[in-house]
Amino acid sequence: MKIIVCVKQVPDAKDVRLDPKTNTMAREGVQSIMNPYDRHALEAAVQLKEQYGGTVTALTMGPPQAEETLREAVACGADDAVLVSDRAFAGADTWATSYTLAMAVRKLGDFDLIVCGKQAIDGDTAQVGPGLAQRLDIPYVAYARKIHSCTDGKIRLERLMDDGYDLVEMRLPGLLTVVKEVNEPRVPSLKGKMKAKSLKATVLTAADLQADPACLGLRGSTTQVVRVFSPEFKAERCMLTGTAAEQVDQLLAKLDSLQ
Amino acid sequence: MNYFLTEEQQMIVDVARQITDEKIIPQRAELDEKEEFPTEILKTIAKADLFGLYIPEQYGGFGGGSFDMVLALEQFSRGCVGIATSFAASALGAYPILISGSDELKERYMPVIARGEKWAAFGLTEANAGSDASGIQTTAVLDGDEWVLNGTKQWITNAGDAKIYSIIAITDRSKGPRGASMFVVEDTDPGFSYGVKEKKLGIRASSTRELIFKDCRIPKDRMIGRQGTGFFTVMRTLDLSRPGIASLGIGLGQGALDEAVNYAKQRVQFGRPVISFQAVQHILADMAIQLEASRALVYATSRYIDSDPKDMSKYSSMCKVMATDMAMKVTTDAVQILAGYGYMREYPVEKMMRDAKILQIYEGTNQIQRNVIGQALNKEYSRS
Repeated sequence: MKIIVCVKQVPDAKDVRLDPKTNTMAREGVQSIMNPYDRHALEAAVQLKEQYGGTVTALTMGPPQAEETLREAVACGADDAVLVSDRAFAGADTWATSYTLAMAVRKLGDFDLIVCGKQAIDGDTAQVGPGLAQRLDIPYVAYARKIHSCTDGKIRLERLMDDGYDLVEMRLPGLLTVVKEVNEPRVPSLKGKMKAKSLKATVLTAADLQADPACLGLRGSTTQVVRVFSPEFKAERCMLTGTAAEQVDQLLAKLDSLQ
Repeated sequence: MNYFLTEEQQMIVDVARQITDEKIIPQRAELDEKEEFPTEILKTIAKADLFGLYIPEQYGGFGGGSFDMVLALEQFSRGCVGIATSFAASALGAYPILISGSDELKERYMPVIARGEKWAAFGLTEANAGSDASGIQTTAVLDGDEWVLNGTKQWITNAGDAKIYSIIAITDRSKGPRGASMFVVEDTDPGFSYGVKEKKLGIRASSTRELIFKDCRIPKDRMIGRQGTGFFTVMRTLDLSRPGIASLGIGLGQGALDEAVNYAKQRVQFGRPVISFQAVQHILADMAIQLEASRALVYATSRYIDSDPKDMSKYSSMCKVMATDMAMKVTTDAVQILAGYGYMREYPVEKMMRDAKILQIYEGTNQIQRNVIGQALNKEYSRS
């Protein structure tokens, strides 16, 4: 089975600061990590490989330093790694990103399954996984919380819902995005780290993808961030007085008025 | 301080650190409270290839030495000495086979130990044989093609959870120190059972039980090395393992210092963080000084051991004494810095202080270590 895992390098959430003047994320001096949901996606892929055989390819789009995240993926069990990197990709929103990733996946050839984290902790859109599936015209299941089996060209899994879960069967090739409940990501192994040390990721540029320049990066993005700001929080404090019964009446009246 | 680790050594540190931060630290309080063996964490360590760190590559290990083990143990013990002890005890059980075992015994046991599929343990101590190993009562008698073992080992780390045991027994009492031999006993051997799990002051995630041999029959080829070499193998094993215990001391000391400094920076009294008071700063400074000095000695000793010297006992004992006495002092000071909060189980330093005590006791009390050092000095100065 040929599995592709999409991973993204993101700023460490423990380290995130906003520039008070510009209200944008201060990225300088902030540690980068593999998007935490992607660690679960990678673990799911590696477990499938361990159970059913095959290969796991880690795929990322990002600047050259995103190779560090691919290295981590190989240390945790990925067999090879592909870095989609070009200045032309800069500023891409989820529309342009899913286009670029789809071009890269096509370039890589046949595959059985693509696994993504449900969302990245920086953008938090949860759109790239499903967007990629749409672009590739393959079925997808988002929010996978448990994988039951993967045989006969079909994968059976549980999809997390607000009120429980759905048991879903999807034909392959397909794409799934996973939530944290799906597994406990492993720590890189020593042998994996050794292998990762000498990793030379395959680099794909815009030219390699034969992509339409109008669909890439900022130019190819349908959304743009106009302003980033922290919402102002205005709390109003109100003391209720009187007996307990009176306070309850006042509280109910207050709640009613808020409806 | 920069100890100029190689790239490979840095990788060992990174892997062990990640396991410690992500798996050990979040679970240590619960495992301690429930006195629960860290099965899942040890499996994680196995998956990360660290059980094979010190085992030669030909047996599926990483082929590392004493220093590599020290680096991994230092990280684990920064999180929890109980868990680190369970990991280290498997190495302690494997060393006798590596040191004196036949190629066949190594081939049979090292790969499973290296993969962390089975854990090992070491059986030396008995009710009347602690510091004085000559008090061993357990016997092994050859009967046809089998050794028949009788006796009881006490306070054996990993007992009941390990599957492979290296134990010492008397094969010929009339030969004194040359009358003891070592054997491999497997969990499933007939006549072999365990006592109840002991309740301890600290390292409560580790398991400690008796090994009970009642006409326990094992195949003849399970003897480790030649007959009568048991004490030699034990001494050599302990020489190798002591820097490991010392590294538990430096890891624990580091964990305690981290807690103490972070607390002192955020705790405000008299309108300022307590770290701004000299009385507190001096305690922290002394903790840091002793910790770094111990680390330097432990690293130097384990690197020396990796150069395969003829005699390493003196330095091995020195680093064990220094680092473990330091750990007792530094963890006690950390509780003092956190004061009332430090005494509460909600904060990790009281556990660290409880865990520290065993380091001065097991694998040779610190008094016995000083005997070793004293005797070595006496010998050295007689030569010139």
